[in-house]
Formats: sequence, C-alpha cells, structure tokens
Amino acid sequence: MPDINETFAMFSERFMLLAGIAYAIAFIAFAWDLVQNSKTTRTVLEQSRQAAMSPAEGTKAVVTRRIPVGAGASGYAGIESEGPDLDGPEGRAERPTVPSGSSAHTADDSMRYGPQRRIPARVGVAITVLAAVVHACGVLFRGLAAGRVPWGNMYEFWTTGGLVVAVVFLLVLTRRDLRFLGTFVIGLVLVMLTAASVVFWTPAGHLVPALQSYWLLIHVSIAVMSSALFTLTFAMSVLQLMQFRRDAALTAGKADRLPFMRLVPSALSLENMAYRINAIAFVGWTLTLMFGSIWAEKAWGRFWGWDTKEVWTFIIWVVYAGYLHARATRGWTGTRAAWLSIVGYLCIVFNFAIVNVYFSGLHSYAGVGS
Amino acid sequence: MEKTTVTTNKTQEPRAASDAVLPRLGFAGTLRWAWRQLTSMRTALFLLLLLAVAAVPGSLFPQRPSSPSVVTKYLQDHPDSGPVLDWFRLFNVYSSPWFSAIYLLLFISLIGCVIPRAIAHYKAIRSKPPRTPSRLSRLPEYGTLQIPASQGVTAGQAIKDAAAVLKSRGYRVDIRDADGERPSVGAERGFLREVGNLLFHTALIGVLIALALGGLFGYSGQRVLVEGDTFVNTLVGYDTFSPGANFNAGDLDPYSVQLDKFEVKFDRQKAHYGQPLDFTATMTTKASPSSTAKKQILKVNDPLALGGTNIYLVGNGYAPVVTVKDGTGKIAFQGPVVSVPTDGAYTSLLVIKAPDAKPSQLGFVGFFLPTAVKDGNGVAFGSDPDPFNPQLNLNSFYGDLGLDKGQPKNVFTLDTSKLTQLNGRDLKAGGIVLGPGGSYTLPQGKGSISFDGLKRYVALDIHHDPGQVWALIFGVSALLGLVGSLFLARRRAWVRTGMHPDGRTMVEYGLLARGEDHRLAAESAAIRKLLEKAWLAARTDSAEDNKQAEPTADRVSAASGTAHSASKVSKDQ
Repeated sequence: MPDINETFAMFSERFMLLAGIAYAIAFIAFAWDLVQNSKTTRTVLEQSRQAAMSPAEGTKAVVTRRIPVGAGASGYAGIESEGPDLDGPEGRAERPTVPSGSSAHTADDSMRYGPQRRIPARVGVAITVLAAVVHACGVLFRGLAAGRVPWGNMYEFWTTGGLVVAVVFLLVLTRRDLRFLGTFVIGLVLVMLTAASVVFWTPAGHLVPALQSYWLLIHVSIAVMSSALFTLTFAMSVLQLMQFRRDAALTAGKADRLPFMRLVPSALSLENMAYRINAIAFVGWTLTLMFGSIWAEKAWGRFWGWDTKEVWTFIIWVVYAGYLHARATRGWTGTRAAWLSIVGYLCIVFNFAIVNVYFSGLHSYAGVGS
Repeated sequence: MEKTTVTTNKTQEPRAASDAVLPRLGFAGTLRWAWRQLTSMRTALFLLLLLAVAAVPGSLFPQRPSSPSVVTKYLQDHPDSGPVLDWFRLFNVYSSPWFSAIYLLLFISLIGCVIPRAIAHYKAIRSKPPRTPSRLSRLPEYGTLQIPASQGVTAGQAIKDAAAVLKSRGYRVDIRDADGERPSVGAERGFLREVGNLLFHTALIGVLIALALGGLFGYSGQRVLVEGDTFVNTLVGYDTFSPGANFNAGDLDPYSVQLDKFEVKFDRQKAHYGQPLDFTATMTTKASPSSTAKKQILKVNDPLALGGTNIYLVGNGYAPVVTVKDGTGKIAFQGPVVSVPTDGAYTSLLVIKAPDAKPSQLGFVGFFLPTAVKDGNGVAFGSDPDPFNPQLNLNSFYGDLGLDKGQPKNVFTLDTSKLTQLNGRDLKAGGIVLGPGGSYTLPQGKGSISFDGLKRYVALDIHHDPGQVWALIFGVSALLGLVGSLFLARRRAWVRTGMHPDGRTMVEYGLLARGEDHRLAAESAAIRKLLEKAWLAARTDSAEDNKQAEPTADRVSAASGTAHSASKVSKDQ
C-alpha cells in the first residue's frame, strides 16, 4: 500500500476551501437572479395592469400536448377503454402540460432555455462551473493522496457527494433551464462542504480492510449519483407544492406573495420533470441496493441482514416505489406524489446524515470520533 | 364499490331499497369484493407505504438475529418497557407477525394485480393494433402532410409507404381498407414495456421465494480458530450453529480448514496510526478427509468457497497461551485463551477457568494488552494493536466456578458469586501482571499461572445459502424489467390518406402514448421526417417527368399539423 501523500492531502483541502468560496458567490448570484426577477416581474405586472388586464407579455406557455378527451370523442373512445379496466398506468397518457392561462408564469413549461437574458443567473452558472472544477480538483487530490477512491469516510462522502450534486445539476442545465433551482442546489452543496469540513473532517488515510473492495467504487458511486438526482427532484417537488398553492391563491384572486415563482415552471411541468428524473434515480437506487447486497454477501456472508443501513436503503426504495405507483393511481398524482418524493428525500438525508453517525451497524465507517 | 351503493341506498331511500332488487353480495360476493379491494392499486400503494413505516422500528431497536447480546442488555436496562416492546416483537421486527402480514398481503395484492394484467397483455399482444379513430386530430400528437399530384403517389401507395416507415421504427402495423377511398394504417409498439412491468413484479415474488429457500435449506455457523487449529465441517466443529428449518446434519460436507498463520498489518503513518490495513489468514484446506491438502488465502471481502459453503473472515484477536497449575502442582489448564478485543488498540477481555484445579477451582479474569504502557497513576493501558509489549493483567479467584451442574455457561464471563478473590489491585496481594515467559505463584498455595506465548485467532462465519443464486437471478430480472417498464414507450400511431379532387394526396397522422411518455412529440417529429423523406425521395426519382407541373409552393408540405388542416382534409374528401 503506497504511503499517504500529505502534500496532495493539503492541496485537496485548499481546493475545497476555494470551491466553498466560489459556491458562496454562485449562491449569491442565483439569489440575486431571483430577487431581480421578482422586481422586474413586479414592474411588468404593474405595466400590464395599467394596460388593462391584457396578459403579461412574458407569458410563453405554449400548448405542447393535446389532452385526450376520451369519452366524448366518437371513434376515439374505443382506444382508451380497450381491455379490462386496470388500475395501472395503462391507457393513460402522460399528464398533459397545459398552459395555465394566467400570467402566473414566465417560465417555459418544457423547461427549455428562453430568449430572455438573465445576467445574474448566467454569472451564477459560470461561477458554479468554476467552483465545480476546483471542487473536482479537491476530490481528485484527496483520492490521489490516499491512492484510492475518495469515498471511504463521512468527510469524503460529503465532499464527493456535494461535487456529484453540483455536476449533475450542471449536466442537467445543459439540456434544461433549471436555473431556478440554483439557490437551492448550490446552497445545499455549500452546506455539505461546510458540514464535511467542520463536523466530519478526517485526515486522508487508507481504507480499513472491510472497505477494501472494488464494490466500494461501484456501490457507493451509484448511491451518491442517485442521491444527487433525488436532490434535484426534491427541490422540484417542494417548488411544485409552492407553485400549486400560489396558483390556487392567484385563482382565488389573492395577491402574488411570491413573485419570484414566476421564474419557476408550472406545478404540472415540475411534476412531470421530477417524475422523469425520479425514474432514472430509482433505477440507480435499485442498483445501489443490489450491488450493496452482492457486496454484503462477499463481506459478511449474507446478501441481506436488516442492518440499519440496509433497512434505510430499503425504506427509501419502498418510498420511491410508492411514488412511482402513486403517479399511476387516481387521486395520488400531483400534490400527494410530491409529498412522497419529499418524504423519500428526507429518508435519504436521514440515512446519510443520521444513520451513518448515530446508529451502530455494519456500515459504521464514518471515521468520526475515532 | 357495490357495497357502498347498497349502504347509500339504504340510508337515503329505505323504501326504495326494499322495492328495488339489490345486488346481494353473499359470501362469494363479499370475497370477490375483498379481493378486488386488496388487488386495487390504492391498497397496494397503502401496503407499500405501510411496509416502509413498519421497517423503521427495526433500525431503532436492537434486533435479536443480528445482535442478541444487545437485546439482552436492553431488556436488563429497561425492565419496564423492555417486555412490552418484546411482546410487540420489536426486537424481531422482520420476522414478526405484523411485518410478515404486511409483506404477505402486499405480495398477494401484487399477484392479484399481475395475473389479470398478464392475461390482458397476452391478449393485447395477439390482437391487431386498434382500429383507426375517426378523428385523428384529437390525439395528443397530430399532423398533416400533402403529397403533390406530380408525385403520382396514390392514397393506397402512401399508406403502404407509411406502414413501411412505421415498421422501420419498431411498430407492428395493420393496413386497413387499402384499396378504399380513405385507407389507413394502425400501428403499435412497445409491448415490452408491459412485459418489463410484469417481469419486475414477478421477479420480486421470486426474490421473496429465494429468501424463503435460504431460510429453509440454508445454515450458518461460527467458529473461532486459533493459529494451528483445524476446523472440520461437522456439527461438533461449530461454536454456534443455526440451521434452516429443513436442515439435515447429513448435508454437511466434511471438509477441513487449518489456520496456519494470521497476519495483521496496521497503519504506521501519522494520520491514522494504528488503524488496521490488512488481515490475511493462510489456511490449509482439505475438500474431504482423503483429498490432498491445499494452501489457500482468506481475507476480508474475499471468502473461501468449500463444500457448498462460503467461509468468511469476520473477526480476529489475540489468544495468549497460558498454563495454570493447581495447588497440588498439577496442570489444571493449558493452551491458548481466546480474548475479546474491546477497542482499536486490541485491549482484550480474557477469562480463564480451571475447573479441574484442586483443592479448589480457579478462575481468572482480566485484560490482555498487546502493547502495555503505564499511565500517570501507574495503571497499565494498551497503546498499540501490535504486540510490542504484551502483558496479561489478571485478577484471580478460587471456589465454585458453577460449571459442575452441567449447565452451559458463557466462556467469556466469570460468575464470581461463589468465588473468593485472591488477586486484585485493591487486595494486598495485588493484581497479576505477566509478560511473555513470566509466571506467578498464587497466594495461599492455590497454584500458579504462567504466560507461555502468544497466538492470534480468527473468527469465521460459515454460510450455506442455496437461495442466493436465485435471489441474484430474480434480482437481475427485476432490474431488467424495471428498466423496460420505465424507459420503453408504448405508443400507438395511425396514418390515414385520401385523394384530394385536385390530385394531391392528403395525409394525416396521429400518435397516442400509453403510460408516461415524454418523448411522444419527438417520436411524432421523427415519423414526420421519415414520411417526408419517403415521399421526397420518390419526388426526386420522378422529378424529370413532371418538371414543368410543379409550382414551388406545392412541394411536400412541412406545414405543422393543426386541427385546421385536418378538418380541411376530411371536408375535402
């Protein structure tokens, strides 16, 4: 086993510090973006109100899907009700994205980039890219210092986990305009980096024999990536609930108390996007569970033993399975499904932050307090 | 459902209820009603969430199967609440009746859902794509195309082209009314989506069966092996053994493993000084008593496979070799004593019992320190896990060890209730402190003890689980099914054509997704592109013949499909 490279370990910590500072700046930029948009939308709203009830110019919602109107349409009705009436997702199309018809949103429901230039958001993304690169250097040097994958204890889980959250966010940004999540995601990364450095800091070291397995590379990396995706959907589900309430309030004729939410797509498109990401993350979590049990068989002689960490991984899996089923159950789509997604994520946070540290079990590799 | 109608009728219109012929549920009806409730998606979802909630207490309370000693301690520490919790099986959550009830109901619900769906899907696969809707424009994706008269593509030919395009994209197609006025093609794809869904759920049942199989026919046991010792895979060879329900002692394959050497490497760099880096056990194995011996290496994360079992390295420690002589000078005990490490420096608990000692039985309890260092008060403590300065610190007792009644006793605890202490830090005689090779004569002529040498031991887990291969197979199937059911798209598409009086061929198409499908619009665009290409290619082929007849505006239209043009098509024909 090669010696620990202390110089690299020191580099790593410098990089982490710099990344933390950069994330803080990016966080401010994203927050500024929200504030500025709140202001402009307020003025736009004022103008449009003066321009006699015409819908705000910003409204860009476009009919992208038609709603299948089953029963009434002659000839068409036969399609949906063919076969026995099963309670599954069969026969139902994706819940269609329809324009809200109000001036409540400026965001494009397909979450594609619009023509609008949002300077602070661009600054935020640019600095996030910079921060992620520096952060990646920090993680890389941590790995080089120890000559192994940089996820062998809590400090490393949190720093690497934060990096994956940031990178996944940036990757999704290349395809969809999720910059409205910027404050949340970057704020979370900032919290993770801070917690890692303050609470969980451990000097770079070798792995204990129990972790010396290639399954560490596979099992943990997939778990972290799935968790990062679940982070995004958590934020979306929270926004979905907020947007839902706001829409209800606006329909009831109340004042818009959260004008920055105009930047956020409609509740329904948030729900659809969250579902798509959750589906991918759920497969990832299934892999985490399976690879975990294969490794457990290799290390402990049984593939499933209800160890605390196994229990919580199972609970998370079941909750998200419930979420996927809820999306196909009448009366459980929308708000209830969003709550399930939120509960699932809270379980992940619990599993990651509480179980690792406070529960004793076979997964107690936190390296905290030793 | 039926039941609710009955009750509302009764409450609202009691007289009408007596007049009308009510559907009587009866026994079979009630059963059917219960079955329908159980297999409904809502119930399945409820059971699923209940399962998640029910799994939580298992992580909050110690569980008997994994840590029985912690449970015993918990019961001792909580004499009031402990038995209540135990009554609710909170120390055996995952084998408790209530947890089993939840998952069994869930699986019954799952079976009740999967079977009718499998039958329905089998029928769907065998049947033709559904008939063409009369108004394609009502579909979620819809578009129109016009093929100029100059192309010479008839409505029938256009439908054949469209069917070919759809077929190339994986649709199964069915042409209707090919020679009629308005021929159409119905197409469907993505049957594997539902197959994946069914496979996923069926495979979960398989995983459960595999788990049960392991519980029935598997077995597991533990054995502590000191360097030089041999373990033979027979029932007496185990320290502890837990057989499955259908276990038969004849199933044990009498292989043998001998621990030749056990090496431990500790981290010697500053940051994590003393943390273990490597455990390597060198074993001599024999597949059967008559077969030739083989050298094999056993490590953590790298079990040995022998005779249908796997052998795992799960623990290790020191076994100081000790000789105890009794008051008459005879050897009352000799050999390595397995000590239990309690911390990272291998400060190990140790108990020695010499029931054969005369005139009185002798017992020792204390610590083994691999590297003993004295603190400010002169108390020795272990400072390093490697044996740089091994030391035994013992208290001694004489009297009745309580072993004569034949009751099994924990070898790692000494019951001092009927014993008199001879040595101890608080006593005049002081505690026994022994280095390697050292010996000590007990007070009152009770005998002597010597520390002759040091060995290491390993704790082995031996497992046989015939279910795990099946669990893996079903697990992988479930994964494949899951991926199929989430990411394959089940779609239906229809194309209808007709001739415009002016000679153009009018084409309309529509798509419908079954289940979540966010790429339906992209699919529609792709099909449109292929259709355009098909007829555009045909155009260039025959371009020479009708150059003059072609105004530019009459090119294959790429106009986006609107309800407007759709109505025009239908009106025109």
